[in-house]
Amino acid sequence: MTAPDMAGPGKTAITLAVNGTSRQLELEPRTTLAEALRNALGLTGTKIACDRGACSACTVWLNGQPVLSCMALAIDAAGQEITTIEGLAQGDVLHPVQEAFIEHDAMQCGFCTPGMVMSCAALLERDPHPDAAAVRDAIAGHYCRCGTYPHVVAATLAAAERKP
Amino acid sequence: MTATRTVTFPAGIVEAGLGTVTREIPASEPPPWPPNAELTWIGKDVPRLNGREKVTGATRYTVDIRLPGMLHARFLRSPLPSAELRKLDTSAAAALAGVRAVVVLARSGDRLRYAGQPVAAVAAVSPGVAGEALAAIDAEFRPLPFVVDMDEARAPDAPLVYDEASVPKGNPSGFPAAPGLPVVGNVRGPAVVRRGDPAQGFAAADIVVEGEYRTQVQTHSCLEPHAIVADWRADGLTVYMSTQFTSGVRQELAALFGLPLNRVRVVVDGMGGGFGSKSQLGVYGRTAVELSRLAGLPVRLALNRHEEQTDAGNRPGTSQRVRLGAKRDGTLTALAIESHGTAGVALGAGIGFFAERIYTCPNFETLQHDVFVNAGPGCAMRGPGNTPGAHGLEQAIDTLAERLGLDPLALRDRIDPSKARREERRIGAERIGWSRRHAPGADPGPVKRGLGVAQSLWMSNVQTNVACEVRVLRDGSVEALSSVQDIGTGIGTVMAQVVAEVLGLRPAEITVRIGDTEFPPGGPSYGSRTTASITPPLRTAATRVLAELGREAARMLNAAPEELEARDGRLRVKSDPARSLAFRDAAALLRTDRISAVESRADDYPGFRRRMPDAAMALEDLGGVQFAEVAVDTETGAIHVERVVAVHDCGRPMNRLLLESQVQGGVLMGVSYALLERRVMDRRTGLMVNADLEHYKLAGAHDTPEIEVVILENLQGSSATDAYGIAEPANIATAPAIANAVYNAIGVRLASLPMTPDAVLAALGKTGRS
Ligand code: FES
Ligand code: FES
Repeated sequence: MTAPDMAGPGKTAITLAVNGTSRQLELEPRTTLAEALRNALGLTGTKIACDRGACSACTVWLNGQPVLSCMALAIDAAGQEITTIEGLAQGDVLHPVQEAFIEHDAMQCGFCTPGMVMSCAALLERDPHPDAAAVRDAIAGHYCRCGTYPHVVAATLAAAERKP
Repeated sequence: MTATRTVTFPAGIVEAGLGTVTREIPASEPPPWPPNAELTWIGKDVPRLNGREKVTGATRYTVDIRLPGMLHARFLRSPLPSAELRKLDTSAAAALAGVRAVVVLARSGDRLRYAGQPVAAVAAVSPGVAGEALAAIDAEFRPLPFVVDMDEARAPDAPLVYDEASVPKGNPSGFPAAPGLPVVGNVRGPAVVRRGDPAQGFAAADIVVEGEYRTQVQTHSCLEPHAIVADWRADGLTVYMSTQFTSGVRQELAALFGLPLNRVRVVVDGMGGGFGSKSQLGVYGRTAVELSRLAGLPVRLALNRHEEQTDAGNRPGTSQRVRLGAKRDGTLTALAIESHGTAGVALGAGIGFFAERIYTCPNFETLQHDVFVNAGPGCAMRGPGNTPGAHGLEQAIDTLAERLGLDPLALRDRIDPSKARREERRIGAERIGWSRRHAPGADPGPVKRGLGVAQSLWMSNVQTNVACEVRVLRDGSVEALSSVQDIGTGIGTVMAQVVAEVLGLRPAEITVRIGDTEFPPGGPSYGSRTTASITPPLRTAATRVLAELGREAARMLNAAPEELEARDGRLRVKSDPARSLAFRDAAALLRTDRISAVESRADDYPGFRRRMPDAAMALEDLGGVQFAEVAVDTETGAIHVERVVAVHDCGRPMNRLLLESQVQGGVLMGVSYALLERRVMDRRTGLMVNADLEHYKLAGAHDTPEIEVVILENLQGSSATDAYGIAEPANIATAPAIANAVYNAIGVRLASLPMTPDAVLAALGKTGRS
């Protein structure tokens, strides 16, 4: 399905495919994907810290590619496969990056963590055996005020090792 | 008199050789713990127990909370740095459909003192309607003269931020603490600390060094903004707040709204960073509660990023004139510092007590001034006072060492009385390869490397108004409860380790309930005091419930209760471990569904250095020494911090994995402070020009050096756990260590922060700009 040519400013029907489930929503076209996920769908694992593309806290996947959901409109995400932090684990089985984040303490306050996890997991999808520099590149756009970068890099490398 | 007993503790720095100390302690206190090597969970790398929630997005932060009927609040703020409010009419806003409450925070005729100062607030059914309501407020601001630059504010003809009647008197953040200081123009102070006779000390010196150092204003830049959801109901007030101090906020709310404490509840689960800025209720908190009271509905108020950067606190900027007098062998004869600092419209811009305490010097003086400017109020930030203070003094010490022809470490060995830091210098020098350090600017190529060192000092703070509870239920499950909050340190995990150690269980078997004032008051998470405050009473409480359980088990095992030990999930007879009972089976013997013990923080066994109503300072300060290795590109001016070795002490380390995270965080905030961060105020408009996260630069992954963390085990026999804090010491030494390394690299000192490429090129005389 493609977005209609003209919509808004009032609410319009939008269908989003989130974590494998199709969700019908009534949203103003100006609604960002981050707002739609957090407010309309209650998927608050996706965080907003700057709301303008500077910190990457809001990273989700669109068709497997990490994007900043505060810089994408929900209406433009219609018809694409959206994966959020809530959809990364397979049921009770955590993604290897999530496991490794816990083991290596790649989090403090944890507010930047969902975004970090999404970027690091996406990295392993496209490059299963990255080196430290590649991990740093993958999280170069992420801010972590608590300073978890060293443990994020260590965790991602460990997750890569564990992945077959 | 409470009964006491005499016990012998292991004491000293484990890495440097352990001795003992004998103390008289209250009879109710648990026996001494051995060094960590002999304990099961304490000091071990236990991953944080709420990690799963954090990596799956399940943790609920205040900004994530949605209550039925919840309203959204927004502030109308002053657009000008200095103005008289000529008119404020909110009637049209209040009449808008969907607007449920309006609060007025300033009156017509009031003086507004910084851009972003709250003037009014509205609560409406959606953020959009709240925004429309703000636009419907009829407000008129008459511009007044202003000053946002600290040096300009000190000029005799500078516009005044305050008149005599309105100038703040006390000092909420306590740096420096003196009330009732003189105010001349925009300058308040000096707050004076003096000992001996500085003039005589300088006269007796063989050598005097003098320098001027400057530090910038840094914003806390918490990723989760300041946020609150206030739910005022007839039967009481519940507040969800991103706070560092649930029980403190409860006290503020009760006093402010005339409510009994038992009708006020403050809750926080996930907490997205505070660093000092979320220690109090604040105007935003107060306003949200008032809006909820008026509307009779829950109200959510979360600052947006612009508000967060301009009106959520900041680390004050400083300028410091440092003078040191010394004998030829390095012995200090005099130390004098005059500082000016600005916390905007607030007080608290001093340089702390770093210089006062760190080095032996008989003649000492600091004169600290607060300078008011028309900018958002500063507040405590990770090592307040001492972080800028260390930046000045640790560079001056470096300069003194060079002038004396001494190695900076040798000079410190002479003048620093701290045993912990002596050991930290030794270990750190080895790890960084200090013997490679060359003369300043000695590298031949355009990229010049250098090594530097600087030291840290912070109080060993303890909150004495702290309590916690341990419960054992009849099915053998265990709970630990306290209102203490996890601001990212992982204190809940450390609590589980303590209880598990005592009860012979695994940390994952302990359910930790914190961040809620329904539980015993847990004290604040600021001043690096949480672990020191909460873990000793927790161990005592766990010991008490175990004793109660042991009485039941002993009967069953035909043993005396004191013959039992708790290990590997069992209660067993020490001399005959085969006679044992599973913990769960022992719990099944309980006469009631649940037993519990509540304990509060006892005084440190050897007493405190200083006692305040709810808090105290332990006898021994916290140390810390950091080494930095940098590469400076003298063509581009870029500084690359390649390595940092951070050697720290915090009494008994409780969880090395979590401690390493915190130290890395402190170092990174220091790297960021040293090289990148700076609040930029436009002198012409009085506005902050980089109130966002794209122009206000924080250190990212590519700015991250290789960080090696070493944490001593420094046992003192001072409490049931001997644990103290680390968050602030980890931040204090970083920037001066980098500055000293930069000097070592290029042979020119950059006395001002941040050390940007521009500043490097200017210092090297390579740019037309100054
Ligand atoms: S919230 Fe989207 S990039 Fe910061
Ligand atoms: S863990 Fe706190 S911002 Fe990254």
